[in-house]
Amino acid sequence: MLTASTGWLLAAAAVLGVLSVASGVAVFVVDSMARATFALLGSFLAVAAVLLALDLAYLAVVTALMMTIEMAIMAVFMIAFMMNPAGLVPMSMVHNTRGSAVVGAGAFVVLTAGIWLVDWPVRRTAVPADPTRQLGEALMGSHMLVMLGIGVALFATILAGTLLATARGRYDRFGPDLTAHRPADPVRGGLAR
Amino acid sequence: MSAEVVLQVVLTVAAGLVGVGLFGALSQQTVVMVMMGLELVLNGVLLAGGAAWYFLAPGLPDAQVLVVVVLVVMAVEMAMGFAVTIALYRSRQVEMIDMAADLRG
Repeated sequence: MLTASTGWLLAAAAVLGVLSVASGVAVFVVDSMARATFALLGSFLAVAAVLLALDLAYLAVVTALMMTIEMAIMAVFMIAFMMNPAGLVPMSMVHNTRGSAVVGAGAFVVLTAGIWLVDWPVRRTAVPADPTRQLGEALMGSHMLVMLGIGVALFATILAGTLLATARGRYDRFGPDLTAHRPADPVRGGLAR
Repeated sequence: MSAEVVLQVVLTVAAGLVGVGLFGALSQQTVVMVMMGLELVLNGVLLAGGAAWYFLAPGLPDAQVLVVVVLVVMAVEMAMGFAVTIALYRSRQVEMIDMAADLRG
């Protein structure tokens, strides 16, 4: 028998879940890439709302804020780089649609079969009064190694992203051996002459 | 028993997100759309992690830490994806993955 709280949770999970999956499908259905970006944002916000219903307030807010900014950046990229970002001239930019659909549907069927066939364990502990505190104490205590790994990974991402996105590095200016006396700049002047 | 049904519903939604994301990542030709597919897959993992924490072991922080790791993976994937897109576009004026298949065996 459903209690009031689990009934409310079931309704919220069902409605927001349908919304998130529908938004996810819309990403690959709409013509405009800008619309696809905002459909993806809708999917993320629906998942953030489910996390909020699961008492994970901090992670829900982080997800919502991070994804909102990320999708805004993505919309800028769409307009800057992509062909036909507004979808004014509908064109097909897909390949192997049937094979991809089989893989996607197959993954869904296998996962769903596992989800409904597994005998899930019963929860033995209550939800803590402050889940955010639990997470913070874990990251700063017993799970410190995870936090260290995250820090290194993000720092490496900053370096690698900057290197990849830089238009002209020192090897472009001073040659592959860095032996050129004068940098090969399109306009003379600047630093390190 | 009833909480188990809610867990199964949430996990089914997560499986749906993973399935749709896989379809998108495999079928799209544009680099940014492929990244969107991967983001949808990670979105499903995010949801499953949150549900696992609430319904299975809320006394332990492990599932919450997993959700944080997934969020970081999302950020790294997006940052590196955009950086690679810029590098690719700068060198070849290309934004379709079929035109960047140099490493295909």
